[in-house]
Amino acid sequence: MAKGPKDAATKGANKPALSLHVPEPTYRPGDAVDFAHIVVPDAGKQPRPDETCEAIETSDLCYDLVRVLGDDNKAHGPWDPKLDPDTLRTMLGHFAMVRAFDERMFRGQRQGKTSFYMKCTGEEATSISAAMALASDDMIFPSYRQQGILIARGYPLIEMINQIYSNKGDKLKGRQLPIMYSSREHSFFSISGNLATQTPQAVGWAMASAIKGDTRIAATWVGEGSTAEGDFHSACTFATVYNAPVILNVINNQWAISSFSGFAGAERTTFAARALGYGLAGLRVDGNDPLAVYAAEKWAADRARANAGPTLIEHFTYRAEGHSTSDDPSGYRSAQERDEWPLGDPVTRLKDHLIALGEWDEDRQAAMDLKCAEEVKAATKEAEKNGILGHGLHHPFRTMFQDVYENLPWHLEEQAAQAKREREIKWPGEEPWS
Amino acid sequence: MSTKTKDNNPAEAGSERRLNMIEAINEALDIKMTEDPDVIIMGEDVGYFGGVFRATAGLQEKHGKNRVFDTPISECGIIGAAVGMGAYGLRPVPEIQFADYIYPGLDQLISEAARLRYRSATDYIAPLTVRSPFGGGIFGGQTHSQSPEALFAHVAGLKTVIPSTPHDAKGLLIAAIEDNDPVIFFEPKRIYNAPFTGYYDKPVEPWKTHRDSVVPEGKYSIPLGKARIAQEGEALTVLVYGTMVHVAEAVCREKGIDAEIIDLRTIVPLDIEAIEASVEKTGKCLIVHEATRTAGFGAELSALVTERCFYHLEAPVERVTGFDTPYPHSLEWAYFPGPVRIGEAIDKLMSE
Repeated sequence: MAKGPKDAATKGANKPALSLHVPEPTYRPGDAVDFAHIVVPDAGKQPRPDETCEAIETSDLCYDLVRVLGDDNKAHGPWDPKLDPDTLRTMLGHFAMVRAFDERMFRGQRQGKTSFYMKCTGEEATSISAAMALASDDMIFPSYRQQGILIARGYPLIEMINQIYSNKGDKLKGRQLPIMYSSREHSFFSISGNLATQTPQAVGWAMASAIKGDTRIAATWVGEGSTAEGDFHSACTFATVYNAPVILNVINNQWAISSFSGFAGAERTTFAARALGYGLAGLRVDGNDPLAVYAAEKWAADRARANAGPTLIEHFTYRAEGHSTSDDPSGYRSAQERDEWPLGDPVTRLKDHLIALGEWDEDRQAAMDLKCAEEVKAATKEAEKNGILGHGLHHPFRTMFQDVYENLPWHLEEQAAQAKREREIKWPGEEPWS
Repeated sequence: MSTKTKDNNPAEAGSERRLNMIEAINEALDIKMTEDPDVIIMGEDVGYFGGVFRATAGLQEKHGKNRVFDTPISECGIIGAAVGMGAYGLRPVPEIQFADYIYPGLDQLISEAARLRYRSATDYIAPLTVRSPFGGGIFGGQTHSQSPEALFAHVAGLKTVIPSTPHDAKGLLIAAIEDNDPVIFFEPKRIYNAPFTGYYDKPVEPWKTHRDSVVPEGKYSIPLGKARIAQEGEALTVLVYGTMVHVAEAVCREKGIDAEIIDLRTIVPLDIEAIEASVEKTGKCLIVHEATRTAGFGAELSALVTERCFYHLEAPVERVTGFDTPYPHSLEWAYFPGPVRIGEAIDKLMSE
C-alpha cells in the first residue's frame, strides 16, 4: 500500500515523471517580437454560409479568420458588407471620437480628476462596428471595454464624463466605479465589476424576448480571459438549450491584465471553437477589420432574428494599451508587441480603405480628429461644472441609502439618520444632507 | 404595528379549506401566473415533472412550456438568466432544488441581483423570487439539510422570507413575487407535508388539523417584513422562523411556559417593532434556529435585542441553534436543536 508521496514515487519508478505545463507568453519585456506564428489568411478567402445554416457548418470558420479588408485597403470576398461611404465615414467618426475620449479621460485620471479609467485602444471595431450591425434597441450586455457602443448609440459624452467624475450630474449618483456605465434608454445594461456575469444575463434577456414573441435580440461582450469563468459556460449552455436569440462576442485581445490568453486556454484551440462543443454557431473574425466585424455581427444578428439560434464570435484583436490606469504593461510584455501586431490598427485600416475608395483623405481625417478632440474637451469642461471626484460636488449624502431596496427599510432609515448626525457634527450649521 | 391580525387566524375569515404547504405554494404560483403574464417559473425538474417536491405540479400543463420550463443543472445559469429576464421586464420565479445547492448561484445573487437597482440607480431592477427548500430534520445529510439564511441576510439588497405555515406560505409567496426587490424564499421542507414538533419519535400531526392550514381561496398577500405572533404570552419571548416555530411551540406547550412566540416570517427586512414590543413586555428572549451558531442570524437578533431592549432584559439573551458542524446524517437528532436543547435554554432563562 502506498502510504504517501515517497512510496507512490517508488512504485511508479519505471514510468516517466509527470510534469505540469504552465503556459508562458512568447514575449516578455525586452524581447524582440516576431508574430510570424500567427496565421493571417488572405482577406476574402473565407466562405460565408447562409445565416440559417446548422451550427456545425461553421466549424471551419472557427479555426479560420474572417477578413474583408486586404493589404490593398480594398474589401474582398463574400463577407464584404458593402457599406456605403456615408456609413463608413460615420463608423470612422465614432472611432475618432472614442479614441479622443479615451485619450482625454486617461489624462483626466492622471490629473487626479477621477480615480480610474480604462481605454479600448486597438479594439474600437469590436464594439463600434459590431454595434452598428445591430438595431438600436437590441440589448447590449457589455463588459467594461465597450465604451464605443455608447458613443455609436449617441449617448451624450457629458453623461459619460459625469459618471467618470462621479459628480453631481452622474446619473448613477456616484455609486459606481468610473466607466461602469448604464443606460436603459440606449439599451445598454448596467456594467458590473464581476466578470462574465453579464453573459448568462444576456441569454436570459434573449430568452425573455423569445418568450414574449418580441423581435429584439441580445448581444453580450466578454474578454477572452473571462471566458474561463463558470458563467460563460452557463451562458453557452443556456443559449444553445433554448435557442436563444443572442450573440456572444468574445474579445480576444490576447491579454487579461498580465495573463496572456494561454491562461484562458488559447494555446490549444481558438475561442471560437468552443462554440462547436455547445452546438453554437461560431465565427472567428479579424477584430481589427471593421468590415469583417460588422459583417460577422450582422450575420449573427440575422441568424438570431430568424430564430436560427445563437452565435459565438471570437474577435481576434490586441489590447494596445495597459489594462487600466492602474496597470503598467511594461512589467509583463514586450513594448514592441503593439507595433508588430500583424492585424494592424482598426482606425488606420478603415481610414485607408475610405481613402482607397476615393471617399476620404488625410486632411479630412486630421480635421475630424481635431474636431473630436475639441468636442471631448468642451464636454469635459461642461462636465467639470458638475464637479470632479473628491471636490465636493457629488450627489446629496442621503442618496447613498436610496435604491438598495425600492423602499427604505427601518434599518437603513436608522443608518441614514446616523450619517446625518455625523454630518451635523462635522459641518455644524450646514445643510447635512447636501 | 405587527400585532395579531386576522392573517393569523384565517379560520375567522369563514373558509375551512385546508392545504398542506406544498399545495399552498402551488396555489400561490398558479394565482400569480394566471394574473400576471410576466411571471415565469424555471428550474431543475420544475416543468413537465412538476418539481421534486411537487411544488410546480400541473403548472406547465396549465400555463405552457414558455412560462414553466426545466433548466440545465446550473444554478449560476438559472439565477443569471433570471436576472436578464428581470432586466427585460419579466418577473421570474426561479427554483433552486435545495438551498444547499444555491452556492453556485451566489455571485449572481450577491453581485448582480442584489446590487442591480442600486448600481444602475433604478435603470434596471431584479424582481426575482428565488424559491428553495431548506432546513433539516429529514435525514438529508450534509447537502439536503442546510439553512443558509444568514448568508443572504448579510447581503444588502436582498430580502429573505421563510414561511412556517401553509397559510403564510401562500400569502408571503404572492407578496414576494409582487415585490420589486429580489427575494430569497426559503421553504422549510420538513414541514411541507406536516408541521414538525421536534419530537421525532412521536406521531406527526398532519396539516389537516392544524389551525394554520386553513388557506383561503383566491388571492391574498402577507406583507414582507411583518412578523406573526404565533402565540401570545408573558413569560418569555421566543424569536423563531420556519420549522423551528413548531418545535418551539411544542416545547413551550410541553413545559407549560407562557411564552410569546414570534414567527419572524421575514428576516430581512426584520420586524423590529414586534420584537421590541414583545421583549419589553416579557424581559426575556430566546432565539431558536436550525442553522449553525457562529455568525448565524441568531447573532444579529441577539445583538439587536441587547442593543435595543437592554434595560428591559432580566436575563441574558439565549440562542438555541444547530452546532457549528456540517449537518450530519446518522447523528441528525443529536445535531437538531430539539426539545431537550430548547428546554434547557428555557429553564435557564426562567431561573434568572
